[in-house]
Amino acid sequence: MFDLPIALHIPDGFLSSGVAALLWVVAIAAVAIGLRVANRDLDEARVPLLGVLAAFIFAVQMLNFPVAGGTSGHLLGATLAAVLLGPWVACLVMAVVLVTQAFGFADGGVSALGANIVNMGVLGALLAGYLVTAGEKALPKSRGAFLGVVGVVSWLAVMVGAAATSFQLAISGTVPLDTVLPAMLGVHALIGIGEAVITVAAVSAVLVARPDLVALGTRFEPAPAAPGAPAAAGSTS
Amino acid sequence: MSRMSTRFFVILALAVAVGLATAVSPYASANPDGLEKVAEKKQFLEDGKLHSIQDDSPIPDYAFPGIDNERVATGVAGFVGVLFVFTIGYGIAYLVRRRDSEGRSGAHA
Repeated sequence: MFDLPIALHIPDGFLSSGVAALLWVVAIAAVAIGLRVANRDLDEARVPLLGVLAAFIFAVQMLNFPVAGGTSGHLLGATLAAVLLGPWVACLVMAVVLVTQAFGFADGGVSALGANIVNMGVLGALLAGYLVTAGEKALPKSRGAFLGVVGVVSWLAVMVGAAATSFQLAISGTVPLDTVLPAMLGVHALIGIGEAVITVAAVSAVLVARPDLVALGTRFEPAPAAPGAPAAAGSTS
Repeated sequence: MSRMSTRFFVILALAVAVGLATAVSPYASANPDGLEKVAEKKQFLEDGKLHSIQDDSPIPDYAFPGIDNERVATGVAGFVGVLFVFTIGYGIAYLVRRRDSEGRSGAHA
């Protein structure tokens, strides 16, 4: 029997066609903004970083770690990508990973690919972009405070993705919300801890090796002040 | 602290990614993960299906075809996948990158 590889990835058949189509539109819009922001901000020297970050996230997504009760989880990586390359370019990175998984590895659905890009990429990346930047302003500018924020936000990003998935499943009529939401949040509260540990470790390593490559660190401001306003004038760098 | 070059950083990070995908992924947990477990318990797992396009996936379920040893098949799949994703990510970034000579608007088709 063919073992359906689900991972955290939604396969086809879980979402109604309306929900799936709407999320495709959202995903395409986010990727389009990601391409524009990259075109404005991504200098030649950082081109290889996008490739290597996508490769790293693909690799670590293969490393399922056990959590309680015969369940496993793996890194999503949206927070890591957002911290290193900014939220919109992170959407691009996550789309590269998820499209490859869907078409190359039959991991995650095709009609559900938009949903997977939104749930595992866009939501986490934008949340991380907003909260890490806000944390930078509110908290003391120390490496410890920065990494603390990154850890908490990593966990939150997983929970938001799990909640979004639950709502989409419920709206699609697949499973009632009061059944799926607590179950998804319960499991992902644990998986989110793994996400936080891996993300903090990876960001720490980059901070040691090349602190200037951490986009959401103190080095430079990420592009848009408000999510949804992609191309304002006046870039930093 | 001396700062490593971008080239060295990228090579090092890529080596870590290749190593994890090739040598560590075969030993990852095979338990059903978050959504799969919930779908199983809440009885909607059977709704999941593959898209017809995915019948032709080159490396279905992270097992490189034609390799009997499961761990080796997973490791080879990881190796190929990481290099593929790196190439695509690099390629897209290269195509859309900022061209300083083009000025602010960056209008190119």
